[in-house]
Amino acid sequence: MPSQLYQEVPLAEKERLFQLVKSDARFDSYLYGCYECGICVAACPSARFYDFSPRKITQTLAREDVELFYEQLNDDVWNCSQCFSCLRCPRQNSPGGLITIMREVAVNNGLKTTQEALAGYTRIIYKIMTTGTQVSPDMLQEDAFPDWGPQVKEVAANLELWRRALPPETLHTTGLSWDVEERTMHELYMIWKLTGVMDMITALDEGLHDIMEEIMEDALEDSGLTID
Amino acid sequence: MGPIELPLTRRGTKPETERSFTPDPEQAPVEDLREAIWELGREGEWIVQPVPEPYYEARTKYGRMKKIPLQKTWHHKSCGQCGHIPGYSTSIFWLNRLLHYDYFDPRDQTSCTAWNYYASATSNQAAQAAVAMRNFSSAYQTGYYPLIHCGTSFGHYKEVRHELVHDHALRRQVRDILAKLGRPFVMPEELVHYSEWMYAVRDELTARRVYDVSGLTATVHPACHYYKLQSGDAIYDPEIYGGQRTAAVTAVVQALGANVADYSTWYDCCGFGFRHILVQRDFTRSFATLRKIEVMKDEANPDVVLTHDTGCVTSLDKSQFAAQAHNRNVGVPVMSESQFAAIALGAHPYRVAQLHWHSTDYKPFLSKMGIDVESAWAEFQEDLKKLESGAMEYLTWEAVL
Repeated sequence: MPSQLYQEVPLAEKERLFQLVKSDARFDSYLYGCYECGICVAACPSARFYDFSPRKITQTLAREDVELFYEQLNDDVWNCSQCFSCLRCPRQNSPGGLITIMREVAVNNGLKTTQEALAGYTRIIYKIMTTGTQVSPDMLQEDAFPDWGPQVKEVAANLELWRRALPPETLHTTGLSWDVEERTMHELYMIWKLTGVMDMITALDEGLHDIMEEIMEDALEDSGLTID
Repeated sequence: MGPIELPLTRRGTKPETERSFTPDPEQAPVEDLREAIWELGREGEWIVQPVPEPYYEARTKYGRMKKIPLQKTWHHKSCGQCGHIPGYSTSIFWLNRLLHYDYFDPRDQTSCTAWNYYASATSNQAAQAAVAMRNFSSAYQTGYYPLIHCGTSFGHYKEVRHELVHDHALRRQVRDILAKLGRPFVMPEELVHYSEWMYAVRDELTARRVYDVSGLTATVHPACHYYKLQSGDAIYDPEIYGGQRTAAVTAVVQALGANVADYSTWYDCCGFGFRHILVQRDFTRSFATLRKIEVMKDEANPDVVLTHDTGCVTSLDKSQFAAQAHNRNVGVPVMSESQFAAIALGAHPYRVAQLHWHSTDYKPFLSKMGIDVESAWAEFQEDLKKLESGAMEYLTWEAVL
């Protein structure tokens, strides 16, 4: 049955986004067809707790059902755990890989549902893209992880001291997971700029882009690294 | 009538089947990229960094042998391990030092950034490949060989390697980026996870064991990104589940003398979810406790849960606190096999294994191993006093080995 959702979005726009997914260099090696056996669903953690099915995603893409594709692009892809348990597929499909491609297209095109799905996540993007490490010790705060129990509070309270009580010399950091050289970060900034990742951030969150752009521009100015 | 305590029959690592599995590289459904990597090297597409000798040869899923470097390793650290489970990486380094192995802990290293990629997709193929190749280039320039601490970094880099071998346009694009950074374009001969190094040195570790761990039972969670992504490149051993499951972690724990007990949801992921662990943890908590910890408790009642990846330790450890409020059958310590091995070999549970960063109660486990937990904590508190007073700036390697 064709999807009745997102009727206000023109079919041409749905088709355009579908073609972006299909033209990804990885697409042909992630999708070979579908036996409809459901092995991927049986192995999928997200299928147990969400109205989510890697089999449906694979079938939709194989059938080129652009209406259902657009619905999944908005409502399903962020439920995937990206564990790749679905690689158990006897047809050698990678439903998780197809979802990675769909997510990239969703970010690149600034879908509102994507912006909503990642709204609470942008501080992590800021951290990894500007420092080169993801969840730094100083992000372990009680208000961010209340369900992890009182131990998080204890870590936060003793953070600087406990980090000095680590024998590896590279781990005496609180704002980064380890001590990353300045030059290393600058090279990372170059990679984001040269590969269009900063444009993806603009599509997702312009404010976040502007903050990061300023940091990177200032840092790169004196680094001797040039884009052109 | 009250509940009846049923006797627990723990299953070990022998397959419950008469069928046997003989791996044959010729029948592998996934390709062996090594010859292609060397061929691209001969064609001048990249420099191939060979595995330094002496190396250990381990059998992989479909029977090909994989070279595991023992020394001259460049430690590709993990954001999550270093950030909030620092005893994980510290234990890996400590074991290298105990064995008097030469290794390098670099500052010229970024995260693989795959946690973010699998969480938010705010990146792309070229960026991810460039990040990987920048780190490989850095390792090559030091003369040390990459040893990857995180399961996701290992799995993601295997994906990147696959893409770079097959997609010449991507390869050229990334090579040009590396040239702009003034770096050589280098692909390591093998991609190696630290748990493979643990497997390679398991006999050396066992020879240095200080505590008798034969009374301990562990359940093992094999990390998805270690063996599900590019599956042909994970270590399998006929002695472990008849070669039907990865031997990483399990072979090491058994060599050390502990019991490994099976459980029915071993294939399930930990519930990390990459995005979920940070902003949608109701899913992570539910999956980690209902599909993993409770099943382990019901079927094996382990003293400890051991795994070999950042996200798995995090999900399985941190998720138990909230589940306790609902009287779920949880409450078992979770750590990496590197921490477990280090403790068994005499590493301090706080100075080295840094168990105070973990949420679950690890004290009964330590006591069962024969460690005086109160004394160990008191010793660590003395260290903290010295650090606070300025008598000591940092806890050093000399103080812990």
